Amino acid sequence: MKMPALDTFDEWTPEEIPTGFVANAGTADQYVTGGWRSMRPVWFKDNCVSCMMCFLACPDSSIEVEDGKMVGIDYDHCKGCGVCVHECRFKALDFIREEEVVHEEEEEIASVIEKAKEA
Amino acid sequence: MSDHKAFSATGNQMIAEAIRQIDPDVMAAYPITPQTTIVENYAKYVANGKVHTEFVTVESEHSALSACIGASAAGARVATATASQGLALMWEELHIAAGMRTPIVMANANRALSAPISIHGDHSDVMGARDTGWIILFAETAQEAYDNTVISFRIAEDKRVLLPVMTTLDGFITSHAMERCEMEEDQTVKDFVGEYTPLYPLLDTDNPVGHGMFANGTSYMKYRSVLRKVNHGALPIIEEYGKAWAEITGRPYELIDAWGVEDADYVVVVLGSAAGNVRHVARQMREEGVKIGVVRPRVYRPFPAEQLVNACKNAKAIAVMDRSDTVGGQYGPLAVDTMAALYEAGLSIPVKNYVFGLGGADVTNELILEVFSNFEKLEKGELDRDLAFLGV
Repeated sequence: MKMPALDTFDEWTPEEIPTGFVANAGTADQYVTGGWRSMRPVWFKDNCVSCMMCFLACPDSSIEVEDGKMVGIDYDHCKGCGVCVHECRFKALDFIREEEVVHEEEEEIASVIEKAKEA
Repeated sequence: MSDHKAFSATGNQMIAEAIRQIDPDVMAAYPITPQTTIVENYAKYVANGKVHTEFVTVESEHSALSACIGASAAGARVATATASQGLALMWEELHIAAGMRTPIVMANANRALSAPISIHGDHSDVMGARDTGWIILFAETAQEAYDNTVISFRIAEDKRVLLPVMTTLDGFITSHAMERCEMEEDQTVKDFVGEYTPLYPLLDTDNPVGHGMFANGTSYMKYRSVLRKVNHGALPIIEEYGKAWAEITGRPYELIDAWGVEDADYVVVVLGSAAGNVRHVARQMREEGVKIGVVRPRVYRPFPAEQLVNACKNAKAIAVMDRSDTVGGQYGPLAVDTMAALYEAGLSIPVKNYVFGLGGADVTNELILEVFSNFEKLEKGELDRDLAFLGV
């Protein structure tokens, strides 16, 4: 079905808007909602056996899977509910506060700047 | 025009019969007085195999309309019924159903809202839904409740409309009282309503779509402007189907039932069952030479402003009788609509607004005579223009 692209919302004319504001399926993928997260699941690949319990439990389809194996977490859509961490029986998922990540990133940036200064 | 055998039935029976004849795909409903006998009767049709409808028993009206919206988005023809607190509990979904353009047909047996609790008829519930985008029809009689329900499906499912339709009747007065009724043959109704072809059914997996989308930027406001346009644009389409049905049944259809307005000095505007009471007294007054017309919109949303003005334009004074109140507002909903229509037409006919019959309070001849007896003072500008509670 021909539908207007979602990233051109502001350019739509009333006539172009499909009846019922219906759009192509799967458009939630284009809309990044991971920023709502205050807690973050962290994956430890070495402990993971790809039992897929986290995949089944995740309400946001944010457990990334390829060829039947877990390959990562989609942080663009994970809301940090922690259900995956609760379900994991192999200590392959930990749950940390987002600000810890932000803090780590800040430290990383600071050290890069420091190194640049030294050079 | 077909040959009819008259029988006696309640308004709720007639609505249940109309829905049985149409045999929608899905009905999700919850019982609430005075609507209960509609879904109760319908549940019997389902149990007895008279219809193919998937009947979904839910735990609340919030869920009832949610299930209906889901079924409608999936591509099903959907009907339900509710009243009062049930309609109030649907408030969130009412907007969603209209916004998603799901052509659901819902009967509402108009009833008072709590508190205090009253199970009896007035328009407080349905007026809470007046700005939701639904098309709202008011029946005066059980017969009209039947006819309105049949045409509701055509209106809702018309691709130019695609809006949910609320087909209402006054709680107990029309929903439970036995009246003389006529019914068309099942096949006549089925042929009239026809097959329903949904526009973007979710179950069409070859053409996957998303319903209930998030509207970003200015698209929300643009979309709401479409909704307003579509709702207003439905008026001639409602008339078209009303008249097409009248052609089959021989029972006339007008957007506004304007009784005696041609030579009337004064006009009463009123919705629903009370119009009959007002006409009854107006008829008696005509014998004494007092000419009063009675104007009853059969369609309330979209509001037939032009037709109402045409019916009222020659009156020297107008009384608008509202069966609900806008607490904190200046006038009742029907009065506000009427006054806006008159103002827009450049008519400065004096209007007096009465709130009457709340919680099923009787609409007696005496009360109607009180409205009539005020007309002369109203015309001369000697009557205060505050909203008045009739009989209190």
